[in-house]
Amino acid sequence: MRRPLALLAVVLALAGCDRVIGNDGPVRNVSGIVDDLRFTMTDANGRTVRAAAFRGDPVLLYFGYTHCPDVCPTTLTRLSQAAKVAAPQGLRIIFVTVDPKRDTAPLLAEYAHAFGPRVTGLRPSEDELEELARRYRVSYSRGKPDAHGEYEVRHSSGVFGFDGEGRARLMILPGASIADIESALRRLGGSKA
Amino acid sequence: MPSAREVLAFLVPWEISPLAFLLCAGGIAAYAAGLARTPKTQRPSMWQRIAFFAGFILVWLVVQTRFDYYAQHMFFMHRIAHLVLHHLAAFLIALSNPVAVLGRGLPARLVQGVLEPLWRRRAVQVAVRAVQNVWVAPVIFVGLIFLWLTPSIHFIAMLSPRWYWVMNWSMFLDGLAFWALVLDTRRPGEAWAGYGARIWMLILAIPPQIVLGAYIALSGVELFDVYALCGRAWDLSAVTDQTIGGLVTWIPAAMMHVVGALIVISRWMHADRGRPAPDAPALAAGAGD
Repeated sequence: MRRPLALLAVVLALAGCDRVIGNDGPVRNVSGIVDDLRFTMTDANGRTVRAAAFRGDPVLLYFGYTHCPDVCPTTLTRLSQAAKVAAPQGLRIIFVTVDPKRDTAPLLAEYAHAFGPRVTGLRPSEDELEELARRYRVSYSRGKPDAHGEYEVRHSSGVFGFDGEGRARLMILPGASIADIESALRRLGGSKA
Repeated sequence: MPSAREVLAFLVPWEISPLAFLLCAGGIAAYAAGLARTPKTQRPSMWQRIAFFAGFILVWLVVQTRFDYYAQHMFFMHRIAHLVLHHLAAFLIALSNPVAVLGRGLPARLVQGVLEPLWRRRAVQVAVRAVQNVWVAPVIFVGLIFLWLTPSIHFIAMLSPRWYWVMNWSMFLDGLAFWALVLDTRRPGEAWAGYGARIWMLILAIPPQIVLGAYIALSGVELFDVYALCGRAWDLSAVTDQTIGGLVTWIPAAMMHVVGALIVISRWMHADRGRPAPDAPALAAGAGD
């Protein structure tokens, strides 16, 4: 009898852990789990941009593509809406395209601008994109082009939140309400600049 | 048929791990060197040699190829990776009973200067015996599966490169320890567990894995949302992905325990008939000495 009881104890203890960690809401704590903000990409003007350029400001990092029918525009709209209320200054939203072939620099710049001045669209090279995917555990894949050369792109849906020092702090889930996002952004703190 | 280029692309490690290289390449090289230094009459059977190499090649394929990318982005691929690390590769390596050959193949300075003195330490012996017995080993074996499949812990392991590494290697090392205890070829008295106790330990570790696998397979709700948040590699719904992953946790895992129990039973029967126990299972034709 000792063994089944011991097993039961282990299961209960684990169930308890799950409760204690309590990391199951629409905004998850990823401090010490996700890597710091680090990247080298190209901005809409073709200039090289490194993460250091954003140091001092909290950053939201999101992966998507401009031809995205609904998820990307909805997410960006909600993020900038919440940012207007909860982070009056500083906070930057980085939109990384996982479809740099179709998302040319001018297209990306126009797209990002439509969501407000906080949103910066960045284009990685294929190598840089793979490096980002490895670091942030995100995946992306492009479907077969149709007759018009259009194709669907699968990508991550979580938004990574970094504080002003570039440390990963939280992940915002697609199910988060505007109020959830606002309180998450307050946790990220204001601009240090 | 995949082209040569696709095969090569698959073989490129997704995340390069020097430790995986050291362990797999070092293990294979030491075993090959050990075989060369073993007199022909004492060499392990062909099946044992195949089991050893297959075990390490499987570990390599799972952690140092494109497979690892899919294991990070599909739940069922992750379950297959753990099945290989914990149940299959570890099982094959333990089955090959490689300690004597490895001892001859590793550099003498490492064996005589480090490993043997370390092994003779009382504290090390006490610690190993505390873990390697029929009561504790199955609890750790099953407990680790439950631990890494606790949703909030799974979330951390899949998002943090560091914890992902800890998770995978803890599964492989625990698998080695568990199957080494089960498939110990020493005679009763010398081995750390009797034949009957080992069979019970194998059988009793099955139900918790079936319960967990069935719970995951049949739950019908998304338990591990980290795959959706980070993006799935293939176009498969969360519930389907989870159902397949649950079945992998449930059926082949339980089967490996049954195979292990059959091997122990066959060795037990040989021992009872007063014949020397074969080094390899009777299931593998041509095994033994």
